[in-house]
Amino acid sequence: MTLHVGLLYSRIRKDEKLLLTELRERDHEVTKIDVRKQTFDISAAPAAFDGLDIVVDRCLATSRSLYATQFFEAYGIPVVNSHETADICADKVQNSLALEKAGVPTPATKVAFTKETAMEAIEEFGYPCVLKPVVGSWGRLMAKIDSESAAEAILEHKATLGHYEHKVFYVQEFVEKPGRDIRVLATDGEPIAAMVRSSDHWITNAAKGAETDVFELDDEALALVRKASDAVGGGLLGIDLMEIGDSYTVHEVNHTVEFKALDDAVETDIAATVVDWLEGKADAAADELEVTA
Amino acid sequence: MTECVECGAEVSLHDDLEVGEIIDCTTCGAELEVVDTEPPVLDRAPELEEDWGE
Repeated sequence: MTLHVGLLYSRIRKDEKLLLTELRERDHEVTKIDVRKQTFDISAAPAAFDGLDIVVDRCLATSRSLYATQFFEAYGIPVVNSHETADICADKVQNSLALEKAGVPTPATKVAFTKETAMEAIEEFGYPCVLKPVVGSWGRLMAKIDSESAAEAILEHKATLGHYEHKVFYVQEFVEKPGRDIRVLATDGEPIAAMVRSSDHWITNAAKGAETDVFELDDEALALVRKASDAVGGGLLGIDLMEIGDSYTVHEVNHTVEFKALDDAVETDIAATVVDWLEGKADAAADELEVTA
Repeated sequence: MTECVECGAEVSLHDDLEVGEIIDCTTCGAELEVVDTEPPVLDRAPELEEDWGE
């Protein structure tokens, strides 16, 4: 069955290009939807969306992703990831709450809304601890706080210079990881591939230049990936784990996951596996529609 | 080949160019967005926004 797939984007990165190539090679019809050029009517879907079987949200901007996914769902067009998943993953507070609620081990975290209470949270954790923006990615604006004076300065800067979201202080224990973390790409909890990201820097993000290598998941990691995926509503996800002793902690689940670094690190054809999954999602959505009709 | 809108240098383009793709000008380092492919047209890429990411 050939599909009509919408690719919602604002930039075509290598990740999107890999997906586009795979979709076209399988003769699926692809409509690229530049979110910057699109308007969304609350009452009716734009003509450009006619006949879409499924939409893949690859927006770079979280705010656009959150609204656009709601519109597609309102129009009755299946979208991956779902708005629910995007909503939980886009916000670190919601992400942490969902993981904790599902019983997934995740770093101890406190949230405060004033400099004074944030300072109390930091003092309770002791030094070092970590302050992260609630919305953001690629390791930007993350602060490892080594001392009281550093904490005071960072909180002052955030409260004075930041957007209102920076007045939500997300304080987390500093996890002593072995110089690396693990990124797992998974579809509805089924891992496609995993890699370790190693760096001398405490932020081991591929976007920050960490070195990557393939990683074999053990049974515990596999179970955690499934549980973490379920906790945020499933979808195509990037699940980040850190090793602590013989075990793991899940610090984050990403919903518009980049996979080019992983594609370079592993032998699995990631785009092909993602498109296999997309075809399954579109089929399931069509079946559901038939049953409803 | 097309021209960098920032510095005017020639920018070489690959065959499977895609609208929305970002090309780096090897002369001035500017990030350029492909806004059309037939013929290729480049524009300055948007600046990084705070909520960008994965």
